[in-house]
Amino acid sequence: MMPGPMNELVEDLPSILASSVVSSSLEANHLQIEVRKDALAGMAAHMIGHCHAWLISEHAADLRERDGTFHIYVIFALPKGDGIITVMSKVDGSDPSYRSLTPDIYAANWFEREMMEGFGLLPSGHPDLRPLRLYDSWPSGVYPMRKDFDPSVPVPRVPTGYEFRHVEGEGIFEIPVGPVHAGVIEPGHFRFSVAGEPVINLEVRMGYVHKGIEKLSESLPYPRGVMLSERISGDNGFTHSLAYCQAIESIAGADVPERARYLRTAFSEMERIYNHMGDIGGIALDTAFGVGAQMAYVLRERMLSLNERITGSRFLRSVNCIGGVRKDIDMSGKRSISTELIGLKLDFDDLVGMMTEMPSLLDRVETTGMLSDDAAKNLNVVGPIARASGIDRDTRRDHPYAAYKDLSFSVPLYREGDVYARMMVKIEEVLESISLIEQAMDRMPEGQLCAKVVDVQAGRIGMSLTETHRGEAMHWVMSGEGRPWRHKVRDPSFLNWPAIEVAVMGNIVPDFPVINKSFNLSYSGNDL
Amino acid sequence: MSKDEKDVETLGKELRAKTMKVLGRSMAIREVDAGSCNACEVEVNSLTSSIYDIERFGLHIVASPRHADALLVTGPVTRNMEVPLLKTYEAAPSPRIVIAMGACAISGGIFKDCYACNEGVSEFLPVDVLIPGCPPRPQAIIQGIMVALEKLESRKRGASCQK
Ligand code: SF4
Repeated sequence: MMPGPMNELVEDLPSILASSVVSSSLEANHLQIEVRKDALAGMAAHMIGHCHAWLISEHAADLRERDGTFHIYVIFALPKGDGIITVMSKVDGSDPSYRSLTPDIYAANWFEREMMEGFGLLPSGHPDLRPLRLYDSWPSGVYPMRKDFDPSVPVPRVPTGYEFRHVEGEGIFEIPVGPVHAGVIEPGHFRFSVAGEPVINLEVRMGYVHKGIEKLSESLPYPRGVMLSERISGDNGFTHSLAYCQAIESIAGADVPERARYLRTAFSEMERIYNHMGDIGGIALDTAFGVGAQMAYVLRERMLSLNERITGSRFLRSVNCIGGVRKDIDMSGKRSISTELIGLKLDFDDLVGMMTEMPSLLDRVETTGMLSDDAAKNLNVVGPIARASGIDRDTRRDHPYAAYKDLSFSVPLYREGDVYARMMVKIEEVLESISLIEQAMDRMPEGQLCAKVVDVQAGRIGMSLTETHRGEAMHWVMSGEGRPWRHKVRDPSFLNWPAIEVAVMGNIVPDFPVINKSFNLSYSGNDL
Repeated sequence: MSKDEKDVETLGKELRAKTMKVLGRSMAIREVDAGSCNACEVEVNSLTSSIYDIERFGLHIVASPRHADALLVTGPVTRNMEVPLLKTYEAAPSPRIVIAMGACAISGGIFKDCYACNEGVSEFLPVDVLIPGCPPRPQAIIQGIMVALEKLESRKRGASCQK
């Protein structure tokens, strides 16, 4: 018998959907439903429309060797409680098409384009079938995520086209920006259409730093996979590798030592602080508040060198391992963290005082780059961007991992949806992070750092969510022999990029940099 | 002042003397991300924060390759960045120095076997200086740039001998 509301969820399905269910099972908080492929879109729409669930991922795995089909997994988080729902459908290898979810769920758009170019799965009814990352010279019919694709054979370059959206009319200009930008940032292409000053359309084209990480991961033994996941998006490498480790640990049923859970929490928050400092500094810089920007950058540098003093790595690399952590915080480490955090907090208070009162800064950030709560909800954004648009979600609280369950913290929430709100969310999160680190260090029990994980059974699925400084990251692993059979990574930026196209609408081009900074999206995490 | 900061001060003084000698002005560097994981960029940005503040030593990160004495390239060179990287190189005036920064740019690093990656910058451009690390620490980047200046000096000397 399945207990509680998750069980009712299956029982309450409308009859037409209920009849399409092939099987369902509930394990802890995770409900898995297999449906016939023709009902996948309907079931997904039901999850969003009726259960008000959030889309976490839609991805595929090539299991043609096993049962002749591709499996499509659509994963949702229930709005209340820790419940996760996976809806799965098998798509026959001889007819790799299915009904697109995108007409009902806009957030499925990029996921389906990703599956199309990776697996050759055709989403019928999808409004935009352009490639997401494999454009310009990628030959048609070559699907790198399929199992029969050999990554060691170079893929030839063939001429292909890519159609940007065009806005036409009198006095409309197009401004192409990137992929190589004026600042030191990652490459991406932005195409603005402007009518005078205001932007009337923005199209982002990502994919420039697409490397093929998911495919590479299938060839790397789990311990090396940890290294790889630290390099998916360098500045949130700790939380990415944490999600990977947790996914593997859940497959192996490993019992991570208590001390390691607390350490992981402390390190995750140290990562958040240095990144948020960078974002806050970036907003100050782009609003011509140079002093504030430098203050924030100094604080960020102080955090980076604290990371190095404690773990040997400015980016907390090589700290996570499967089963726990490799680096401890000893008494002197604790002291140096506390001292640093006290100083940091004092200086940060000064900075925040200035930033929240400086009229020239406030002028630039208030009502700039608005993302309404409706848009945020429909686009399914995550992280500080969601919390600045009234969406009260935080993985640390909603799907607790590491030691978050035992610590108290609040989740800042703003409704304005502008640059100001995003700045405020980040400012308040820094303060929460400082408190979380202090709590974690106070309560951390003595004990081992790492459990031995020897047996990662093949053919199982493990999934983990973590809250990076950009929002929720997901790692989903289907285990193979000593390495993943399939490893799906979903960086928060993959959900958040489409929102920037909406947020800049009607703003002037010179405000784009500050809007972009307030979003702070990862290109490499998005492009994989 | 911490030991690190002292290191930076000493390095910086050397660097300033060298830029003045070789160029008689600041050295202009254009950074190109050719597929990095973004941690290398964080470190390049760290250089401009007021702790390192490399501008005072005569290093200027410029917005356009047209103004650059050197290109600082990160990442393994992804398939989609091959053309933009070459175009950026062509846009920089000679004699241009190419610096490959980080394990990825040097050899492809952990990504070298990815289907959409190459094995570093030297597959496409003549690389003058390698800065190892993943990512290299800010001090290492300064040191690497110092080596780049030496190369630039000898290249200039070579060019004037030929005249
Ligand atoms: S060298 Fe390391 S830090 Fe630099 S881009 Fe490559 S993986 Fe990232």
